[in-house]
Amino acid sequence: MSIFTILISTIFVNNYVFARFLGICPFLGVSNKTETATGMGVAVTFVITLSSVITWGIHYAILDRFGLEYLQTIVFILVIAALVQFVEMFLKKTSPNLYSALGVYLPLITTNCIVLGVAILNIQEGYSLIETIFNALGASVGFAIALLLMAGVREKLEIIDVPKVLEGFPIALITAGLMSIAFLGFNGLV
Amino acid sequence: MSGILYPIVVLGGLGLLFGLSLSLASKAFAVETNPKVESIRKVLPGANCGACGYPGCDGCANAIAEGEAQTNACSVGGSSVAEKIADIMGVNATKTERKVATVLCQGDCDKAKNKYVYNGIRDCRAQNILAGGSKSCSYGCLGCGTCADVCNYDAIKIVNGVAVVDKEKCVACKACIAACPKNIIELVPYDNQVVVKCKSNDSGKVVRSNCSTGCIGCQICVKNCPEDAFSFENYLARINYEKCTNCGICAEKCPSGAIFSNLEELNEKAQ
Repeated sequence: MSIFTILISTIFVNNYVFARFLGICPFLGVSNKTETATGMGVAVTFVITLSSVITWGIHYAILDRFGLEYLQTIVFILVIAALVQFVEMFLKKTSPNLYSALGVYLPLITTNCIVLGVAILNIQEGYSLIETIFNALGASVGFAIALLLMAGVREKLEIIDVPKVLEGFPIALITAGLMSIAFLGFNGLV
Repeated sequence: MSGILYPIVVLGGLGLLFGLSLSLASKAFAVETNPKVESIRKVLPGANCGACGYPGCDGCANAIAEGEAQTNACSVGGSSVAEKIADIMGVNATKTERKVATVLCQGDCDKAKNKYVYNGIRDCRAQNILAGGSKSCSYGCLGCGTCADVCNYDAIKIVNGVAVVDKEKCVACKACIAACPKNIIELVPYDNQVVVKCKSNDSGKVVRSNCSTGCIGCQICVKNCPEDAFSFENYLARINYEKCTNCGICAEKCPSGAIFSNLEELNEKAQ
């Protein structure tokens, strides 16, 4: 599979949020404002890409060599947790505003299934290092796009007269469902 | 043997590696925090009740250290905490008048009439939905004890169908004030011994038919008060606590006993 196909596939056709339903927690939690959504998108992009590269290296250099593939999940989580801690420290130092805006969702990237999902799928699909990098990049860009689109819609929803029973999360979930259906339109593109 | 050795070495080694690099990174990215924040946080009660208007005691400590909030921002801690914080901040403490929550209703089971018998769940908010509760008086205490449930300091008891606040235990966190569906709990200065314990805005005739101890709006207290501390609005007398000198004349003259006075008890204690 060429790099271009991987990118298109992960961003649109197999969007990790809308097609694979990974990373739903921050997708609903941080999509209130476009500003925080952008910050979250960048943080997740950073974590996913870096963790994919590191986990790919660890898998082939250590786990594969010693026949320890069964340790994959726990080792990958270790890598992701350490990376998130690092990102947290980095953000606290460089951008305290973004740090407080992301709040609890930043440490929650640790247990975010999209990060672990991408890392494990890289290995399952048997990607090379270059393909892994672009798969991770595509996945996180797809996630960031989903987050931004959702944030844009939800900012509009704030000022619209929504029926009382649907205010807040119900209407957000309906919106997410409709967006997911819309993304189905990309099917067959690749 | 190698079957168990490799996983241990690999996992342990990776863990050690990440731990070390993280500790290095934490030194490189250390953020200097105001040391005052931590010492203020230690002095605060730590109940995280939110009465100060900031998200928890951490938020309050931050705001005080930044100078956004006064040293007496914590109403729960009262003047003793405010003094300690003032010491830390190096300023004189702003005097805090201790206030306590007070239930402004005396219509217990004997004095107030009911319009129906309530057998639902024991929660004032639920009862209030059913035609404003079972009491004939639409302003009175429903006595289900929602305020007592939300009180973290065990300061509220239900006595004969009416909530009563223990002045000594109350820390003025306002949790009960927020919970009460009838809005009859208010903060009253601790030193104030005379309180109009009624919130009914009904006319005197309606009050009389509902409750034997409600404010009927006769204005005898207004006329007799030597300090001119009473105001009168919507058939209800109110005391201006800044003017009140606790003389107790109003409580003596009040024909319905709606003005609660603690003076006798105090005098007995003094003797």
